[in-house]
Amino acid sequence: MSSDVANDQLGIYFWLKVRSRQDRAAKCREIKNIFGNGLNPHVNDFQRRYVTEVRRCSEMERKLRWVSGELSEPPPPPKPAPRIMTPREINILEERIDFIESEIQEVTRNAQNLKTDYLSLIELKILIEKTQTFFQDHSAHRKISASVQVYNNEGVTGHLGFIAGVVATPRVASFERMLWRISHGNIFFKQAQIDEPLKDPVTGHELQKTVFVVFFHGEQIKLRVKKVCTGFQATLYPCPATYKDQQDMLAGVESRIKDLEMVLEQTEQHRKLVLANIARDLSTWMVAVRKEKAIYHTLNMFSMDIIKKCLIAECWVPRQDLPLLQKALDDGVKASGSPIPSIMHHVRTHETPPTFNRTNKFTRGFQNLIDSYGIASYREVNPALYTIITFPFLFAVMFGDMGHGLIMTTFAAIIIIFEKTLSKNKSDNEIWNIFFGGRYIILLMGIFSMYTGLIYNDIFSKSLNIFGSSWMNVYDNVTLRKYKMLDLDPLDAYTKTPYPLGIDPAWQFASNNIIFLNSFKMKLSIIFGVVHMAFGVTLSVVNFNYFSKPYMILLQYIPQILFLLLLFWYLCIMMFMKWIMYSTEATDPAFGSACAPSVLIMFINMMLLKDTEVRSPCKPFMYDGQNALQRTFLTVGFLCIPVMLFGKPLYQKMKKRKHSSGVEEGESQKTEEAEESMGEMMITQAIHTIEYVLGAVSHTASYLRLWALSLAHAQLSAVLWQRLLRMGLGGGGPIMAIPLYAIFAVWAFFTLAILVLMEGLSAFLHTLRLHWVEFMSKFYEGQGYAFLPFSFAVILEHDEDDVKPKPTSGTQ
Amino acid sequence: MGASFVPITVFTVLWGVVGIVCPFFAPKGPNRGIIQVVLMLTAATCWLFWLCAYMAQMNPLIGPRLSNETLIWIARTWGKPYA
Repeated sequence: MSSDVANDQLGIYFWLKVRSRQDRAAKCREIKNIFGNGLNPHVNDFQRRYVTEVRRCSEMERKLRWVSGELSEPPPPPKPAPRIMTPREINILEERIDFIESEIQEVTRNAQNLKTDYLSLIELKILIEKTQTFFQDHSAHRKISASVQVYNNEGVTGHLGFIAGVVATPRVASFERMLWRISHGNIFFKQAQIDEPLKDPVTGHELQKTVFVVFFHGEQIKLRVKKVCTGFQATLYPCPATYKDQQDMLAGVESRIKDLEMVLEQTEQHRKLVLANIARDLSTWMVAVRKEKAIYHTLNMFSMDIIKKCLIAECWVPRQDLPLLQKALDDGVKASGSPIPSIMHHVRTHETPPTFNRTNKFTRGFQNLIDSYGIASYREVNPALYTIITFPFLFAVMFGDMGHGLIMTTFAAIIIIFEKTLSKNKSDNEIWNIFFGGRYIILLMGIFSMYTGLIYNDIFSKSLNIFGSSWMNVYDNVTLRKYKMLDLDPLDAYTKTPYPLGIDPAWQFASNNIIFLNSFKMKLSIIFGVVHMAFGVTLSVVNFNYFSKPYMILLQYIPQILFLLLLFWYLCIMMFMKWIMYSTEATDPAFGSACAPSVLIMFINMMLLKDTEVRSPCKPFMYDGQNALQRTFLTVGFLCIPVMLFGKPLYQKMKKRKHSSGVEEGESQKTEEAEESMGEMMITQAIHTIEYVLGAVSHTASYLRLWALSLAHAQLSAVLWQRLLRMGLGGGGPIMAIPLYAIFAVWAFFTLAILVLMEGLSAFLHTLRLHWVEFMSKFYEGQGYAFLPFSFAVILEHDEDDVKPKPTSGTQ
Repeated sequence: MGASFVPITVFTVLWGVVGIVCPFFAPKGPNRGIIQVVLMLTAATCWLFWLCAYMAQMNPLIGPRLSNETLIWIARTWGKPYA
């Protein structure tokens, strides 16, 4: 958009000759150079030549991601501009990543083993401590059992055997029941829960464990008990019977625990060290690996020509950038040191190129507004250029208030001043992103609002008196005392010349303010509406001219513009004439204020061929010959309609007939219009004509929203001041500053929320509608598709979407 | 005609300079066309807007209806004392 109103594309093929794998990699670097310029590769077929490489890169990426997951904190950001690596460097990196991964895995495994041992030792220690209490009981029990045996007079069958171990607490109850069952009640089961839960080394979960001791008699029961223990996954520990042995064992266990703790700590340190070493380079490697992956994705988009051993890519390039592309190819060839050059070849294609509008940060917002409606057809005139000014201006006509405009301008200016820092924090907040993206639009809207506020003489619903009012008081004391409200007659209370800049400040206090402003703003809206629409129709001439359809200017543009101007610009001319010709001090009473005609009624009568009825001394017409002129305009205007309706189809028919006489010579007609049937074209043209004619009326009336919204805004602003802020401005002593403070806060809140935000949004929307419907329907086609320049970021984004659900597939 | 010569000239010349003269001095570069269009459109729309406001008040057919207090006040402060 910078230099022309249309965009320019060219289809090219470019060939990369590849001899060896090294060459291929060198071409990768070339590609990076080339694609930095912004091409649009066709994404038609994907060749799967480089799938393995892509998969390799994905694997590396996965490993790197796992390693970064193992880090305790996120890795530092990557070093700036990591360069493209040669295949050798990639291989080395791949090996290194493998090595690191296995190293970390081994370290982690060791740590886990150590932790398991540690856990067992802890359990053993607790076991020994707890069983000491059992054995105290046990010695008492033995005495009891010994006495029982003596009583039963059976031989001493030996000491009671026991098994000690640890089992998970939730299973203790069923464990005990099982033991009881299999031993037919011939066991003695003692348990004690471990108070603090122990950490499972593998899963990291905390487990509640219970120490138990099973006393039994006999070998068979021992075997059965052991089987049950293994079934319930209870860990058994050798526990000595005597107190002294227990103390020795406890001492030994405690020293082993201490050693193990030291070893564990050292292992953990080592692991941290390894990870820290990697953390520094991790992000850089990630980016490098992803770039490699992107390059291979790109190479996948090429098609391989086996005969000539080269890679071919098709893409669209803006014509302006062709020399850049050539230079990049040359640079790439030089950098790779390959003797075979890459060739760029222009291709003539019948496909429609994508639409590319070059934008900078200022124009991008406006281009987005237009693109939201539809991307321009290839080489069509771009309305965004004119929208830069017409959009904020029409907004300002609806929003016109200097105070609110100042708020908007300040807000936008602050964002723009800090735009560099603000654009760095990528925010997820949709609303903020919208405001930030549209900052230049808001700035312009604010500036124009201040201008229209100046002309409407409205600053927070008050007026400025810069040049001195044109209205003065002409009543004397007596009259003033008698009447509450008095009209100022323009004959004597008016200083004969209007206020130089905008609306006179006297109107601010007037109770019939709205009557005057309505008349003014309605006329203003229609004038701007007709001008805007005429501009839109005229833009179609630019299109016709560019696409070499000069007949369309005659057959479509001329009738359209005549229809619009003869009817609706004549309405505007009548408005101007009324402003000039009718005055309270006219000598001819026919041009006095009592006889001033309603322009609208005159227009309606013109269209309906009616005669105005007036009382003398008023005249029915403003000037001599008005009736004849109006009828002429009406006739010519309506004669334009059949020209619009039949002009283009008849012309096409005549052209076809002329060409069909030349078909015998073997000419083939490829133009689309010739293939279109007459019926279709007639229908299209009829729709177009009806849309235009009816649209001319309805769209003209639609522009009255400029008046409506401006009125609403002024009224809201006045209400807020008179009903809200006035309450605090009553004065009456310094103490009244406190209620004023509070009332001002409320007033400021409502001003921002209702008048700036809500009304601003509303006016924005209406202006957008005016542009999209009333303006662009006169000339815009909008059937194009966008040019998406190649970028690594986009490809990697695509790839991430692939990686998440399906980690094994490497291509798009 | 209730028009005064001075304001018309001033504002027409002002917007004329902005819209007709300034585009010739637009800085050369990729954005020259944009700047020219912006200047021309700004001048045209702002001038037309001012013109409508001016012409609507040239020959007023009605006058403001003010309260007697306001009339007294404007008579005092706007420098046209009442009879």
